[in-house]
Amino acid sequence: MDFDLNEEQRLLKESIDGLLTDSYDFEQRKKYMKEKGGWSKAVWLKLAEQGLLGLPFSEADGGFGCGGVETMIVMEALGKALVLEPYLATVVIGGGFLRHAGTDAQKAAHVPGIIDGSKTLAFAQLEKNSRYDLFDVTTTAKKKGDGWVIDGEKFVVLNGENADTLVVTARTRGDRRDRSGIGVFLVPANAKGVAKKSYPTQDGLHAADITFTGVEVGADAVIGNPEDSLALIERVVDEARVALCAEAVGLMDESLKTTVEYIKTRKQFGVAIGSFQSLQHRASDMFVAAEQARSMSMFATMANDFEDARERSNAIAAAKVQIGKSLKFVGQQSIQLHGGIGMTMEAKIGHYFKRLTMIENTFGDTDYHQRRVADAGGLV
Amino acid sequence: MDLAFTREEQAFREEVRQFFRDNVPPDTRRKLVEGRHLSKDEMVNWWRILNKKGWGVSHWPKQYGGTGWTAVQHYIFNEELQAHPAPQPLAFGVSMVGPVIYTFGSEEQKKKYLPRIANVDDWWCQGFSEPGSGSDLASLKTKAERRGDKWIINGQKTWTTLAQHADMIFCLCRTDNNAKKQMGISFIVFSMKSKGVTVRPIQTIDGGHEVNEVFFDDVEVPIENLIGEENKGWDYAKFLLGNERTGIARVGVSKERLRRIRDLAGKVESSGKPIIQDAAFREKLAACEIELKALELTQLRVVADEGKHGKGKPNPASSVLKIKGSEIQQTTTELLMEVIGPFAAPYDVHGDDGSNEAMDWTAQIAPSYFNNRKVSIYGGSNEIQRNIIAKAVLGL
Repeated sequence: MDFDLNEEQRLLKESIDGLLTDSYDFEQRKKYMKEKGGWSKAVWLKLAEQGLLGLPFSEADGGFGCGGVETMIVMEALGKALVLEPYLATVVIGGGFLRHAGTDAQKAAHVPGIIDGSKTLAFAQLEKNSRYDLFDVTTTAKKKGDGWVIDGEKFVVLNGENADTLVVTARTRGDRRDRSGIGVFLVPANAKGVAKKSYPTQDGLHAADITFTGVEVGADAVIGNPEDSLALIERVVDEARVALCAEAVGLMDESLKTTVEYIKTRKQFGVAIGSFQSLQHRASDMFVAAEQARSMSMFATMANDFEDARERSNAIAAAKVQIGKSLKFVGQQSIQLHGGIGMTMEAKIGHYFKRLTMIENTFGDTDYHQRRVADAGGLV
Repeated sequence: MDLAFTREEQAFREEVRQFFRDNVPPDTRRKLVEGRHLSKDEMVNWWRILNKKGWGVSHWPKQYGGTGWTAVQHYIFNEELQAHPAPQPLAFGVSMVGPVIYTFGSEEQKKKYLPRIANVDDWWCQGFSEPGSGSDLASLKTKAERRGDKWIINGQKTWTTLAQHADMIFCLCRTDNNAKKQMGISFIVFSMKSKGVTVRPIQTIDGGHEVNEVFFDDVEVPIENLIGEENKGWDYAKFLLGNERTGIARVGVSKERLRRIRDLAGKVESSGKPIIQDAAFREKLAACEIELKALELTQLRVVADEGKHGKGKPNPASSVLKIKGSEIQQTTTELLMEVIGPFAAPYDVHGDDGSNEAMDWTAQIAPSYFNNRKVSIYGGSNEIQRNIIAKAVLGL
């Protein structure tokens, strides 16, 4: 049991923190937001230059063979700087499918482009009525010759506008909520029959609703077993949840820090408002909430390596519950303690609050995961 | 960063668990599970079993009988002890006055007191709080005046836990009225059998008798019973309070109680089926278990940090442990109340010492709920803990 970072991990943290300090202050972020697809290609290439886009891939695939702790370090840093670039969609999720189930040919086709920053991915999973159930899939993939034909609609696909390749979940047999009969397909974003409607999201990211109409792909588009990939999807989405937990910890750290600085300097009644005990206690409760979240983010990172899939899922669900509760409290109270200025688009604190809020509703909210833990028989 | 227990640590856990299985008297365990209070003999009997094994004062330095365990081993030991459950060592002797004596006491005092603390030959109690000095402890008024080769002690202490069993007391006394309030306090130990010591019980809202008022009326104490230097008592008190940081979360206690809730909720019916089948209840229980898991990890972070960077100054993270630990303990007693429902009402007029076996054990659930309101008040109330975080961590 050792919670300290080792030498390499410490260097990794310094390197990404340094990069973001130089190129990602709040003003720079506003500029990046206006670029095509809502993020900066230049920053993305800097991340690639420092090797950050290749961390989780095996050395054989051109990566560094890093584990969950390294992803946690990166995601915390990205959260702290409120980064817009599609690390989650490309490296964690898209990369995750390739790492866990990609064939050698698929990896050769996609991983080098991810690592050098030339290609990004997006995960087309959410449907109109699926909400948080990963097995609730109506998009179909029907066999045609050696290949497949995909039809259906996907919503709020993060990085959907810019991605070169879409990772699509589709049903190859069975009914809407069957747990079997689901496959995962790599679809070129410019394939015939792919139509995108792009828009910014509440937290400043960009997403797209994507329609697939008779989209034809080859046999080599299938990742894993086309008839039974729910376990694979759950595995990768669990990793995405863990990454979101770490991002939220970074966001909460920065929210708390910014808020504490604000109440130390904002004066009313002739004194800093941070001298009032009611505000001090609120800030202390925010600290407690953030620390509990950090602990569960570490727990989730550890759970990623659990051999038993049920145990892994249960632990990660529990972490998402704690993060959801903590982020709501820290986010809301950050605005409250800032007072009126916290309500303005101009102050950065509101943007942290908005990203935190969207994280809660991504891949299962607090209630959803609490029910999962409860139904699995608890956590003790 | 390596977040798993090592194989050695897991083997240690097994060893500790097995020892408790083989050596905790079953009746003692049952009473703890049922939330009953133990008799003095039951507690002392167990502590002597523990001491004979060499684990009575596990965290003391080796030369005074400690084990030399790592921080993680101590954590595992405590967790298993609380989860079995078995009575925890008497904090007033083992965690409080013992470390003060081996750190600041004379050789003679070490020889005289430490072995007796380890074997609970003396039951110690703590003379800190006074009627006018709660959170503002340094305002205490109990006086020790030097007369020849004696201290003459006058004043009153309160909330003195289990003073009715005590042989000895360690007491903060004012020895200089003119100094700034923290500077004029001394740390003096003496026999509770001394002439002029009166113990008066305080009955708490659960009907139990844990705490007492203690009055000192011209109590004569030998001059050599001063620990360390005169007027340095406040430093020793701070040392003492900062010494036992990670135990306050009481993760093992809450874990054991959650297991019990799960067990009972599978038996007690609500709307014609076991209450555990009620989705709303199950989610509340899961919510509490998740909070506890987060606390356990937070505690491990503090433990690992201490193991690596030494115990140095008090770690403000211990305030997080106190706040969350007490909240979760209270939630578990609330959940028990919810499970038992209307059968929380009957009151056992014979008290909770376990002598009245005819009374259904459910009678202890409401008292335990009432009693646990104390955990967010004692040891520095949760509001004081928030002050500490605001000042020491956030710099407000």
